[in-house]
Amino acid sequence: MGAPRVVIQTQDFDLSAEVAALRAGDARVGAVCTFVGTVRERNDPPTLPAAHGALALQAAEPPEATPLRAVPTRIGEPGAAALSPQGADSPWGGPAANRGGSSVTAMELEHYPGMTEQAIEAMIDEAHRRFALYGVRVVHRVGRLAPQEQIVLVAVTSAHRGESFQACEFLMDYLKTQAPFWKKETTPEGARWVDARVSDDAALARWGIAARNA
Amino acid sequence: MKTVTLRYFASIRETVGVGSETLRTDAPTLAALRDELIARGGAHAAALARGRAVRLALDQVMAPDESASLPDDGAEVAFFPPVTGG
Repeated sequence: MGAPRVVIQTQDFDLSAEVAALRAGDARVGAVCTFVGTVRERNDPPTLPAAHGALALQAAEPPEATPLRAVPTRIGEPGAAALSPQGADSPWGGPAANRGGSSVTAMELEHYPGMTEQAIEAMIDEAHRRFALYGVRVVHRVGRLAPQEQIVLVAVTSAHRGESFQACEFLMDYLKTQAPFWKKETTPEGARWVDARVSDDAALARWGIAARNA
Repeated sequence: MKTVTLRYFASIRETVGVGSETLRTDAPTLAALRDELIARGGAHAAALARGRAVRLALDQVMAPDESASLPDDGAEVAFFPPVTGG
């Protein structure tokens, strides 16, 4: 066997290297889907009209319930625009400094060593039961992170794109609400623990898993 | 009496003041264990009070509720707020 399926680490990860390792030598693979979550410096929710289901759920939440959100990096996702140097032109209204909210200067990620790995391994087993997958790799960072740093990677391989897309989203929805990580963010007003979001429970429920977190 | 290892994380760890402790208890269930800790008063009562969002894990597996029986000896029970990873 190659690399472990789940890694919890303080250091950064390299997306290209992770994908290369996951695909290495596996000629069955026809699709790779990855998700990278990053530290946002904004802690209030987007204000755009809801464009799809997930955004509709976000919009229904009180602002204080959405201090941080992993940013999807799929092309066409609004979150991807927020990462660009031209953030001021993004549909989200530009960088934190222009919008007057609290900015996050650092984030501390705590976890439950042992349970974390075990919980994510179980999620990967479930993903394999639901989707025809070849390989899965999850890397989650802990410790102190700065805005724009990478937090989490989910990478999935399959023969065709549909299975990889779905499994990637399934694993992230599962991880958000059932893996024992906690974020504490530092802002100019002080440090505070990030609140869990009801919309994340709803995202998991779409997969037929009713597990309460928030 | 059975011996249980208690683990606390995130805001609950900060309120309780320690990350783990060992307890001798007769509590039959997770719910009874939590009530016993609340009955201590002080930081434990503040951190674990009913009405606060407290999640539990038994032997490193998320507990869907507090109805699970506490195993005879050597169990690890963790108390923490809703998770916020990813």
